[in-house]
Amino acid sequence: MTQSTTVAPVAAPRRSFDAGEFFRRYGTVCIFLVLVLGASFESNAFLSDRNIMNVLRQISGTGIMAVGMLFVILTGGIDLSVGSILALGSVVSAIAIDAHGTGAGVGISVGAGALCGLVTGVLVAYAGLPPFVITLAAMTAVRGFALIVSDGQPIMMDDDASTVITNFGSGFFLGIPDPVWLMALVFVVAGVVLGFTKFGRLVKAIGSNREAVRLSGIAVPRYVMAVYVISGALAALAGVITTSRTGVGSGVVGVGAELNVIAAVVIGGASLMGGKGGVINTLLGALVMGVIANIMNLVGVPGYNQQVCMGAIIVIAMLLQHGSRWFKR
Amino acid sequence: MSDLLTLTGITKSFGGVKALKGVDFSLARGEVHALLGENGAGKSTLMRVVGGEIQPEAGSITFEGRSLTLTDPKAAADLGIAVIHQELALAPDLSVAENIFMRELPAAIAWGKLNRRARAVLDRMGFELDVRRRVGDLAVAQQQVVEIAKALSRDVKVIVFDEPTAVLSSRDAQRLHDIIAVLRASGVGIVYISHRLEEVFKIADRMTVMKDGALVGVTSPQTSTIDDVIRMMVGRNLSAMFPKAAHRSIGAEVLNVENLRRGMKVRGVSLSVRAGEIVGLGGLVGSGRTETARLIFGADAKEAGEIRLHGKAVTIKSPLDAVLAGIGLVPEDRKHHGAILDMSIRINTTMARLKPVVNAMGFIRRHKERDTVTALGQQLRLKSAGPEAPVSSLSGGNQQKVVLAKWFHAGGDVIILDEPTRGVDVGAKTEIYGLIEELAAAGRAILVISSEHQELFGLCDRVLVMAEGELRGTLLPDDYSEEKLLALAMTQSVAADHAAPLDLPAHTHQPVN
Repeated sequence: MTQSTTVAPVAAPRRSFDAGEFFRRYGTVCIFLVLVLGASFESNAFLSDRNIMNVLRQISGTGIMAVGMLFVILTGGIDLSVGSILALGSVVSAIAIDAHGTGAGVGISVGAGALCGLVTGVLVAYAGLPPFVITLAAMTAVRGFALIVSDGQPIMMDDDASTVITNFGSGFFLGIPDPVWLMALVFVVAGVVLGFTKFGRLVKAIGSNREAVRLSGIAVPRYVMAVYVISGALAALAGVITTSRTGVGSGVVGVGAELNVIAAVVIGGASLMGGKGGVINTLLGALVMGVIANIMNLVGVPGYNQQVCMGAIIVIAMLLQHGSRWFKR
Repeated sequence: MSDLLTLTGITKSFGGVKALKGVDFSLARGEVHALLGENGAGKSTLMRVVGGEIQPEAGSITFEGRSLTLTDPKAAADLGIAVIHQELALAPDLSVAENIFMRELPAAIAWGKLNRRARAVLDRMGFELDVRRRVGDLAVAQQQVVEIAKALSRDVKVIVFDEPTAVLSSRDAQRLHDIIAVLRASGVGIVYISHRLEEVFKIADRMTVMKDGALVGVTSPQTSTIDDVIRMMVGRNLSAMFPKAAHRSIGAEVLNVENLRRGMKVRGVSLSVRAGEIVGLGGLVGSGRTETARLIFGADAKEAGEIRLHGKAVTIKSPLDAVLAGIGLVPEDRKHHGAILDMSIRINTTMARLKPVVNAMGFIRRHKERDTVTALGQQLRLKSAGPEAPVSSLSGGNQQKVVLAKWFHAGGDVIILDEPTRGVDVGAKTEIYGLIEELAAAGRAILVISSEHQELFGLCDRVLVMAEGELRGTLLPDDYSEEKLLALAMTQSVAADHAAPLDLPAHTHQPVN
């Protein structure tokens, strides 16, 4: 939907089936289907309604953060601070919902995440500092903030104040968990923004050729800054979901979450060099991560082995997608 | 003089373009042999053959009487052939001594010994330089000394200097010439490429002139004058590729630039362009033309200078300011600066003015955009599979038309074109000339930078000539000749001597630190 379909030039010598091009475009879909197929053979429980909903609910946070990360990666950047912002979002939402009610609480929490993104965004976009280092610094600092704000303790909410949010966390609408609906909404909005608006176009264009965009008279830093704000806000939103599922705000959640999120975006075919990537493939990337974790749990792979398997599967996914290089030679 | 190095019938093509067409060249021991020609004449390519960096398709190389093939730069270096390129190949974070002995650094470095040997090499050249200093901290002229010392650290028989003085002040250039004199006296064969003809006439024993990848002739300072050599460098194929618009009336002044400055590259440039006028900016590569264009457009920050549009001073600090003020730039480097190759023609074309194709909510009005781009494509006779085709699928000429279409769409009053027909085939060139005429006929003020002199003469109402960051003169159509242009571009100015000298320690025996 969002990808501009390229008309193959008539003159270009092309085979009727270009395996490399096929994998580059549909690699994520293939990986996903193969995984689902394999998983359903391995475990009867995998395709049960309850398990599917479980997987979806588990990836809702990762999925939402992956959308923010997609915007950042499209510009050629990276955001390592999302795991820490998730924790801050969780802590702030628990405190703020307790004090100001659900609506204001969620707003304050998302605002805090956006503010974190604004600081890194300004440093990256206007001061021209490397995003890897700046967001790494933010990862440490924001985690510290989350622990300071929560005093290192889990934050319990008053039962009355937390009713709405915990109902959201455990609730269903039309048989689908509420957080999954929220994730779907985020993906739809992001898809529309990337596919149909000036902002989305410029974000992709900046990642494709930043200098050409600058020399077309576009205020590039403004857009680069904006993607970090988006990423920060969405990470805090994921933190709100975490709070909603447990009813507790915690400063120690989301450690290492940034790696899962980046993996999801990259399995979704986005290029860390910028310019390439789409919303649907990012969703598939998040699903792939979720399915892998789920099937290993169902089959009973021990925890440490799971980590090794996860790493191996990410590498295999990358090999498949970048296979185009070998197919061409 | 016995021949040290002889090249016969060297031929080399790059992707169908013949860069060298059967060139002969010979170098004797103890000779300074200058290699002259315009940009793109094939001088550097020929010397890359000598350095073993590229392998010719035909022709033979004889060195010290033995016929041989140079398979890689190491083979050439082992024989004692050193090529010193314009872009110095030094490791900025290593010390002077480490750089000098880069090729033979031992696994464990004995610092005392290494530094002593480095000092010995520099002494032989007559230079004092702290061998422990980080090369990145040195002035360009000093770095050049390190590069030469690197060549001299081994038993060297042939040294090629590719425009060694382009970055040097005349005082430092003189020191370099002293070094060359020493090398020459010791029997080294020296190839010297330079655009500064005065200095070539001072130091060269022989001169070989090339044009369009072919040999024009061999002469010497005793038998030719500077004018003779310029005449040899200039070709004679005037073409009727330039469609003059029937009536182009030139109006009031649109762009006025006063005293533009940035470092050594742009040193007080003032110019003006009127409505409907096409002004050329000529000169050699590196004379500061591209930098001037980028300063006007706000792509780089200027140190001084004022820009007026229609008589009103404008503040231009970024390309955004320039575009809003009505200035457009077609950059020299189309692939990296001009177009977003991976994206569609549609997206590229509207990039500089999205307002008409975006609604109040920030949504793209797809149909409107598509219609606009399709219409522009027809106007510019763009050959493509449609507005959705990626720019990378187009030929060079059509890619350039997309970049032009961007500024047709943006609709500013001033358009600056930097090498608009580079890498474009002849047919598309004529079409691009037509489009530039069209823009001017519509009342835009046009500034064209080109290294193809015939292109400037065919297209422009007047041509400003730059050299060493300054405007050296103006040519009007009656004066149009490559000889006159080169004479302006290649003679040294008085001002260059007053330029801040690079702090190159000379034969004085004071340690620098």
